[in-house]
Amino acid sequence: MAYEAAMAKYEPVLGIEAHVELGTRTKMFCGCPTAFGAPPNTQVCPVCLGLPGSLPVTNKAAIEGIIKIGLALNCTIVEWCRFARKNYFYPDMPKNFQISQYDEPLCVDGHLDIAVDGRTYRVEIERVHMEEDTGKSMHVGGTGRIHGASHSLVDYNRAGIPLVEIVTKPIVATGDQAPQVARAYVTELRELVRALGVSDVRMEEGSLRCDVNVSLMPLGSAEWGTRTETKNVNSLRSVERAVRHEIERQAAVLAGGGRVVQETRHFHEDTGVTTSGRSKEEAQDYRYFPEPDLVPLAPEREWVERLRATLPELPAARRARVQAEWGLSDKELRDVVNADALDLIEQTVAAGADAAAARKWWMNELSRRATELGVELASLPITPAAVARVQEMVAAGELNDKLARQVFEGVLAGEGGPDEVVAARGLKIVSDAGELEAIVDQVIADNADAADKVRGGKVAAAGALVGAVMKATRGQADAARARQLILDKLSS
Amino acid sequence: MSITRDEVAHLARLARLALDDAELDHLAAQLDVIISAVARVQEVAAEDIPPTSHALPLTNVFRPDEVRPCLTPRQALAAAPAAEDQRFRVPRILEEES
Amino acid sequence: MSGPAGLAGRTAAELAELMQAGEVSAVEVAEAHLDRIAAVDGSVRAFLHVDRELVLEQARGVDARRAAGERLGPLAGVPVAHKDVFTTADMPTTCGSKILEGWRPPYDATVTARLRAAGMVILGKTNMDEFAMGSSTENSAYGPSHNPWDLERVPGGSSGGSSAAVAAYEAPLSTGTDTGGSIRQPAAVTGIVGTKPTYGGSSRYGVIAFASSLDTPGPLARTVLDAALLHEAFSGHDPCDSTSIDAPVPPVVEAARRADVAGLRVGVVKELSGEGYQPGVLGRYREAVDLLESLGAKVVEISCPHFAYALPAYYLIAPSECSSNLARFDAMRYGLRVGDDGTRSAAEVMSLTRAAGFGPEVKRRIILGTYALSSGYYDAYYGKAQQVRTLINRDFDAAFEQVDVLVSPTTPTTAFPIGERIDDPMAMYLADLCTIPSDLAGNAAISVPCGLADEDNLPVGLQIMAPVLADDRVYRVGAAVETALHDRWGGPLLASAPELRG
Repeated sequence: MAYEAAMAKYEPVLGIEAHVELGTRTKMFCGCPTAFGAPPNTQVCPVCLGLPGSLPVTNKAAIEGIIKIGLALNCTIVEWCRFARKNYFYPDMPKNFQISQYDEPLCVDGHLDIAVDGRTYRVEIERVHMEEDTGKSMHVGGTGRIHGASHSLVDYNRAGIPLVEIVTKPIVATGDQAPQVARAYVTELRELVRALGVSDVRMEEGSLRCDVNVSLMPLGSAEWGTRTETKNVNSLRSVERAVRHEIERQAAVLAGGGRVVQETRHFHEDTGVTTSGRSKEEAQDYRYFPEPDLVPLAPEREWVERLRATLPELPAARRARVQAEWGLSDKELRDVVNADALDLIEQTVAAGADAAAARKWWMNELSRRATELGVELASLPITPAAVARVQEMVAAGELNDKLARQVFEGVLAGEGGPDEVVAARGLKIVSDAGELEAIVDQVIADNADAADKVRGGKVAAAGALVGAVMKATRGQADAARARQLILDKLSS
Repeated sequence: MSITRDEVAHLARLARLALDDAELDHLAAQLDVIISAVARVQEVAAEDIPPTSHALPLTNVFRPDEVRPCLTPRQALAAAPAAEDQRFRVPRILEEES
Repeated sequence: MSGPAGLAGRTAAELAELMQAGEVSAVEVAEAHLDRIAAVDGSVRAFLHVDRELVLEQARGVDARRAAGERLGPLAGVPVAHKDVFTTADMPTTCGSKILEGWRPPYDATVTARLRAAGMVILGKTNMDEFAMGSSTENSAYGPSHNPWDLERVPGGSSGGSSAAVAAYEAPLSTGTDTGGSIRQPAAVTGIVGTKPTYGGSSRYGVIAFASSLDTPGPLARTVLDAALLHEAFSGHDPCDSTSIDAPVPPVVEAARRADVAGLRVGVVKELSGEGYQPGVLGRYREAVDLLESLGAKVVEISCPHFAYALPAYYLIAPSECSSNLARFDAMRYGLRVGDDGTRSAAEVMSLTRAAGFGPEVKRRIILGTYALSSGYYDAYYGKAQQVRTLINRDFDAAFEQVDVLVSPTTPTTAFPIGERIDDPMAMYLADLCTIPSDLAGNAAISVPCGLADEDNLPVGLQIMAPVLADDRVYRVGAAVETALHDRWGGPLLASAPELRG
């Protein structure tokens, strides 16, 4: 069913479970490193391989990380809780149980405010709990997907990496904004966790993964519908698309007199649709029980407060401050945030540039370059300090905008820092008065017609002469000074 | 309290034990006796009694976030029933397996 | 059997003294025990694995370090038989199961590492009930061990290979693990000493888990002092085990040497005697209580009303934990793999392997534990059992407000014939009736020999229980009983065991 038609009949209810891999040096329960992309099975030990006899010991930094996330999400950090074993068999899970938390999560009852099109939504957080990641399977034969494979190859480097699961309460009353609200929530969560410095939250590397629950209820009804859980929705765009698709799909099922099946579904990035995974009709029985190999967590209040004191300025507060300091409109701020340019601009300002100029360079010239190169803005090979240096030269009149763009081009091409590029390419503005005057004289002589028009009072004609000066100096003249010089000479 | 053969078969599936019919029959009969014996815990008046999950009341045992030596891939894979490309080779995984 | 002539007949303390004095070498001590093993283990079957050359290499290493003037621990050069539940990087570790046949772990258990650090010579790996589930070693995938007192009878279990090895003088010391009585019960039925330390007093790292909240490594020996020496050698805090206690090891050796009970308050547990107990067991037990009184202890009767529910609670908690702990044996990363014909799925191969690799008792407990943890049954079974555990703790707390130690028989009966209880799980489970409460509460307990039952002339054990971290107390009382009884008997109980033939 078309989205608009669906929204005319149904009210969506969302739930989002986000998994954040913490960026601790070592794994959750052992001293193995956590580097992404290491050769297979090089970051494993008896504990994370689940070898007989091995025992887990909790990484303190991981607990500090989750407490920081809990605090930033306005949660209560409980005074006492336990780990639990979630029992199910799967080849990428070395012990065939996952150490997780069940009915005693470490952080409960928080919220995160997000804005969509100027409207603020409060997403309530049900719980934030600690668990461990699984290994990774590679499916061999067939199409390389799980279905039709002849066998699988398992790498346990990822097994045991600390994972924080953040679960929302049902998100209601979003109306037709539901897909955007879902996306905005995940975006905001990512910003928040990144600001805390506890994870790099890269969706493309799996350090932030989302499961999205969607159900529909007829407009005006108070009874919630059956929900589906769409697993591993792994980009911001996919979050929005998956929610939209599930709304459309479920609406079609319901409108056709059908029944939504409670099940796990998979989102396909290529086609934008979800397909049925395993049915949850035969409910999983995970046989949770308190993990006897780990002692309970009882974070002392003093410790929690010490951690609270270390929280950095959080994204929402920071955006409000920056907006005021830089004098941005809502739309300008949103553009900066959407372009992932806030950090870069702020660092550029910190390096001495004024905010308007810093924003101009990052949002225009450098954003354009990033798009051309197909990389994230932050991945461009130029530092905020370099941008600030270029702007410093512009402010000092040593470069004009056109030359500045050439400096950026050189820096991005790996020719060195701004000063090196300026020197190597000879990009200084022609500021020697005698040299400029000689060029102006030559241009006036070569363009008698235009000169006459200026003499005759058509000041606009000076533009052509300025252009000629710029051409003669390969852009290195200060256009304003050249213009002044031309006008001075032709009015005397 | 009694346990049926079907329940035992269900538990065996959950526990990944391929039991044949004879084993299921035998186990169901034994488990029935055992379960009625252990069900005696239900006779105890335990209202408001907190459960004990750990022998001793320790809390907050942590490890510093410091890297320790790993196994070499050779050590890690030494006991693997099958290995390929420095990974554990396992039979095909069905999606619904979990 | 007064013990074999020569070094294999000596206690660990004596051997240590001889080696320190330079009268014998570690190699000579090791050879004497290897010879004894060669002579009798064909009938006792205590060991699953002995590598003569590896043993001698360890002994030569100790001799060399001693010759170089290195300061060595008090048990340096003393041989020890090591239960196959502990991982050993240089020997196979099977836990008595087919599913781990031939497995060579890439790491040493903490207890293993500490034995090595103490300069002890590991003779080999001892037989056990599969995954430590059982009271007889009959659940070992590699066949039962035999009780040196009567080879037709069980040596107890699960640490039955360890008890048989020490009782047969194949080793002066052995390691065990106690989950429901797996050290004390085999020690009792073979006429030796066995201690379950306070839970968390000895490390579980590298102990293949049966029931994590109960498993406790401990020593077996022929004398209380020897048990204390081994206890001290491998216990103490281990950062690799989150449940390990970060406190000094109680002064167990000093207590074993002190061996006096004057003024000590001893509680006789009312619920652990009477109906269902073998008369000969109760006879020797009552004599032991009288003996304690005659040695100056104040004896009172103590009621622990919830002990009656310890056995059912245990048979819910232990199987529940084991159903989860044993899930890792799935044919994917190590161990047996069955039925991988290229068409079957991972789940099918897991199920076939586990069905083929686990014995009947292990399967029973996995199914029982899976049941007890299932949704819908959790509260009625596992949850209730945990509440009972609390009540048992409270019984102990109340008792230890009145007395310093509690005593009971270690087992309701003496060693039973091999085969008698193998297909009657409930009868088998009763062997742990008296030992289970201390496992649930985590406190320290010891079994010391207190004589032979009249009806069958088989050993009876006296169990002494002390509060958490008061492990020294069980040694103090145990040593006092031992000294008095040795005086009475004119030597150790084992001296009256029949001669073993090879």
